[in-house]
Amino acid sequence: MIQKGRAWKFNDNISTDLIAPGRYAHLRSNLPELAKHTLEDARADFAPNVKKGDFVVGSRNFGLGSSREHAAIIIKMCGTSAVIAKSFARIFFRNCINIGLPVIEVDTDKIDDGDILELDLQKGVLLNTTKGTSFTFPPLPTIMTAILSEGGMVEYLKNHGDLVLKA
Amino acid sequence: MGKTMVEKIIGKHAGKEVVAGELAIVDVDLAYVQDWTGPLAISQIREMGFKELKRPERVAIFIDHSSPSSAKEIATSHIGLREFARNTGCKLFDVGSGVCHVIVAEKLARPWDLIIGADSHTCMGGAFGALATGMGSTDVAVAIAFGKTWLKVPAAVKVEVKGKLQKGVYAKDLMLYLIGKIGADGASYKSLEFVGETTENLPMHERLVLTNMAIEAGAKCGIFPSDIKTKAYLAEYGREGDYKEIAPDPDAVYERKIEIDASMLEPIIAFPHTVDNVRAISHPDCADVSIDQIYIGTCTNGRFEDLKVAADILKGRHVKEGTRLVITPGSKDIYQKAMRAGLLDIFVEAGGAVNSPGCGACPGAQTGILGDGEKCLSTMNRNFKGRMGNPNSFIYLASPAVCAISAITGKITDPRRFI
Ligand code: SF4
Repeated sequence: MIQKGRAWKFNDNISTDLIAPGRYAHLRSNLPELAKHTLEDARADFAPNVKKGDFVVGSRNFGLGSSREHAAIIIKMCGTSAVIAKSFARIFFRNCINIGLPVIEVDTDKIDDGDILELDLQKGVLLNTTKGTSFTFPPLPTIMTAILSEGGMVEYLKNHGDLVLKA
Repeated sequence: MGKTMVEKIIGKHAGKEVVAGELAIVDVDLAYVQDWTGPLAISQIREMGFKELKRPERVAIFIDHSSPSSAKEIATSHIGLREFARNTGCKLFDVGSGVCHVIVAEKLARPWDLIIGADSHTCMGGAFGALATGMGSTDVAVAIAFGKTWLKVPAAVKVEVKGKLQKGVYAKDLMLYLIGKIGADGASYKSLEFVGETTENLPMHERLVLTNMAIEAGAKCGIFPSDIKTKAYLAEYGREGDYKEIAPDPDAVYERKIEIDASMLEPIIAFPHTVDNVRAISHPDCADVSIDQIYIGTCTNGRFEDLKVAADILKGRHVKEGTRLVITPGSKDIYQKAMRAGLLDIFVEAGGAVNSPGCGACPGAQTGILGDGEKCLSTMNRNFKGRMGNPNSFIYLASPAVCAISAITGKITDPRRFI
């Protein structure tokens, strides 16, 4: 399946405090409400305007900081197709896979805010149709590919009943 | 080929030899959540269809982030956590107990353990010679219910520290220096293995600062070999029997080595809004930084010894008018020790506000949220924009000594003249 949408560009070091601020901790039991504040402290125009299929495009060390999985969940709830960055903080990266949100590492210096992107996850290709450029990215470890393609860790465990490194 | 400490620990828990870069499924010795990540973990456990926990005695729930609760929604989520603990028989540390990682250090972490927590600073447990790492709620849900997780064996960075820290310079300064040197992602996905004469000489409460902040360099974990100091700390908490020896092999393979001469270090300040944005205190940028609030506490520097350093400076002095001092001991045990030693009296006399043990002002939802444009100097581990509840405020990080003396002067101040 090919996903298409616009790029929302973010700087280096977007922390989970910027994605899902602690001052909204009381909304973690009400995720649709929390999602209205997604990335609010980094870009207040993101949550009100993001459309289904759009991409969050970070730079270096995206998602650093706390382990709060809510950060990944609300980015997905906004309709985001994938998070793309030059590099990710490890807990955030893993959280995205576990909840079934694709995370892709490419050189995002070549993507500007508002560019239209097309993602083919199976082929491992990202097109920047605005600039006419394309990126390829290496596949994830087998266990991550399985978790992601099966819709997240909950589905994965229901399907397999156990953790298996090579599906 | 020699093994690093993480290769040894993961190998033991995977039941096979492993080397850096490999994936492994491992048994988990301790899995825990806190009140901001626990509710999601519990709903995931239900979703996955688990009714029983594999080893409830090695599962813990901590109510520490909003503790006592700060909102009705949070109070309601606390009810769910208590119910889960009652129904499954896992451990519960309720309001008044303190910060999860501080209690894990006092009561639960053991050398050779593999520890998974739904909180990024779970890495602090590495000070015991354990592999301790933070993950999200779903991963920890799997570890809670199943007693297992999967992970990649991290490549190790050897941090070798030589020389003696000057008076008034602490592990906090050393760690801020290291993070400044390698950057907030300088050890991403790696293990930081702390060795060398200086780190060997550091007492446990200082080792815990180094492993606590490993995540601030992006590391998966920070780890110390276990030794006589580990043993003494365990004994202090009645857990001498938990002691085991662990050390890297002499020919262990490291991806990178970092050498630091501790004797050259000055107190270090992290400026807003990233932990790697550091300056030595003699830097001109540190002159005349006025401070509205000082916050002493957290899993990083909320231990008894930290409070003692602060109290020794604050004794007989008073907080500068226009500056507030907020203190939150890390655990019930620390709170009681501080009370008995007269430290709380010193803080209150000096004009400080002392809170009950827990995360306090650190995660930004209660007891010390900053106003617009305000500056806070804190013993916390991170200073991200909005961290303390207001994206229009500024957080500086430092040692308890810098924080205490700065409370008196109302601006960032070098503690070395006052100790
Ligand atoms: S004290 Fe702060 S950093 Fe430590 S666990 Fe609590 S919120 Fe996290």
